[in-house]
Amino acid sequence: MAKHKTPLLDQLESGPWPSFVSDIKQEADNRAKNPKGLTHQVPVDCPEDLLGVLELSYTEKETHWKHGGIVGVFGYGGGVIGRYCDQPEKFPGVAHFHTMRVAQPSGKYYNTKFLRDLCDIWDLRGSGLTNMHGSTGDIVLLGTQTPQLEEIFFELTHNMNVDLGGSGSNLRTPAACLGMSRCEYACYNTQDMCYQLTMDFQDELHRPAFPYKFKFKFDGCPNGCVCAMARSDFAVVGTWKDDIKIDQEKVKAYAGGAIKPNAGAHSGRDWGKFDLQAEVVDRCPSHCMKWDGSKLSIKTADCVRCMHCINTMPQALRIGDERGASILVGAKAPVVDGAQMGSLLVPFVRCEHPYDEVKDVIDNIWNWWMAEGKNRERVGETMKRLSFQKLLEVTNTPPSPCHIKEPRSNPYIFFKQEEVPGGWSRDLAAYRSRHQR
Amino acid sequence: MPEDKDIIIEYLKSKESTKSKHYFKDFTDLFPDKGPREVKKLLTQLVQEEILEFWSSGSTTMYGLKGSGKQAGAEGES
Repeated sequence: MAKHKTPLLDQLESGPWPSFVSDIKQEADNRAKNPKGLTHQVPVDCPEDLLGVLELSYTEKETHWKHGGIVGVFGYGGGVIGRYCDQPEKFPGVAHFHTMRVAQPSGKYYNTKFLRDLCDIWDLRGSGLTNMHGSTGDIVLLGTQTPQLEEIFFELTHNMNVDLGGSGSNLRTPAACLGMSRCEYACYNTQDMCYQLTMDFQDELHRPAFPYKFKFKFDGCPNGCVCAMARSDFAVVGTWKDDIKIDQEKVKAYAGGAIKPNAGAHSGRDWGKFDLQAEVVDRCPSHCMKWDGSKLSIKTADCVRCMHCINTMPQALRIGDERGASILVGAKAPVVDGAQMGSLLVPFVRCEHPYDEVKDVIDNIWNWWMAEGKNRERVGETMKRLSFQKLLEVTNTPPSPCHIKEPRSNPYIFFKQEEVPGGWSRDLAAYRSRHQR
Repeated sequence: MPEDKDIIIEYLKSKESTKSKHYFKDFTDLFPDKGPREVKKLLTQLVQEEILEFWSSGSTTMYGLKGSGKQAGAEGES
């Protein structure tokens, strides 16, 4: 018999898709039965009270969580997020229900021992409920109490060799796609760069000194499997400089139907015969491709690395050999201003260990943003407020046509006074001698 | 001349009746000649010495004197 009646939540269990309500009920049942004989360190019925408070919020259309607090592990300014319920008498199991963030392994590669150990800690010292993974990409452990925090932190760091993630006005847990470990499109070693930068910027991860949050994400190619361009303040996206490599025989095999397009990914229904002209050439956003029936050609200067042709014919087309990454800055979700995608800052950077070129750009951005950014202002908003041109200046990036979306409509790039002969002042008398009123 | 750490503590005490939590930027304003990283080191030391403590909403972090403002005990948590 459930502790609280939850008709609105029960409705979310209908339908063919997985339901978080069913998951929470399953964990409530498991904790009540306690098959491992654990001495639970937080209330046994916290999953049931969680359902109860959520049902109440759905009924009243108001949240019952108080946001934030003085919770954390000693010396760390992030990784733990205080959550208190404003109906503690009704729902004592979730009166204190703090969240812990744990850094995920690069590329999210786990072994079962790690996952079992993590669950063992959380069954004993937390609610047993997790979110794998949070939107920044880290492991989110939902629901514990202050006395458990240091115990959990000790076990994570000493027994499992894993650190807390980022929260608050910190560098957030960096995230990378699985890159070269499994993907032929990876233009640089995303996992290594993610690990290296996580280690190098530990202090920024744990001790807050930023105006607001700051996120790194590393995509190995423009397919963007961790959505770096849309979801991180500092996106490193793999790219290449030279030509896409073309195997003309394989192109013909695709055109003739001998090889399935998209590596057979759309084989669930009959889409008809593969039409190379319509499905690849005509879909190229910059119209840089030509197919004469026997030969495919690409004008590299016009290619925008959208990846569509490579994704469609992966056996025939390959990324180029001169590989590195582009750096985009300023993506964010809407809070102060609207949502923003990243703006291209560095068109091409070599990505070789220990990534000093990338770190230099980061340091310059931080120095500027820490000094100029307002409280709770993301770097994308500072950039918008003080101009993209200023960002180019502080990062020592020479302006290039790559920074401009189209001629004559870019709001960012202006001449500076020192770049104009004579500056902003002019001799009016001389002007009038040439121009009548 | 007071030590830098004392300047921070004095500032927090002077504001304690009206404000118990402060943004990082409030402290950089106290030291116009120092860079943000130097100020961060001072604050980190004060946290290590258990004079200051962090307050975090999850998205933003603030600093305050340890024990000042609403504490876990006031939320019914021991």
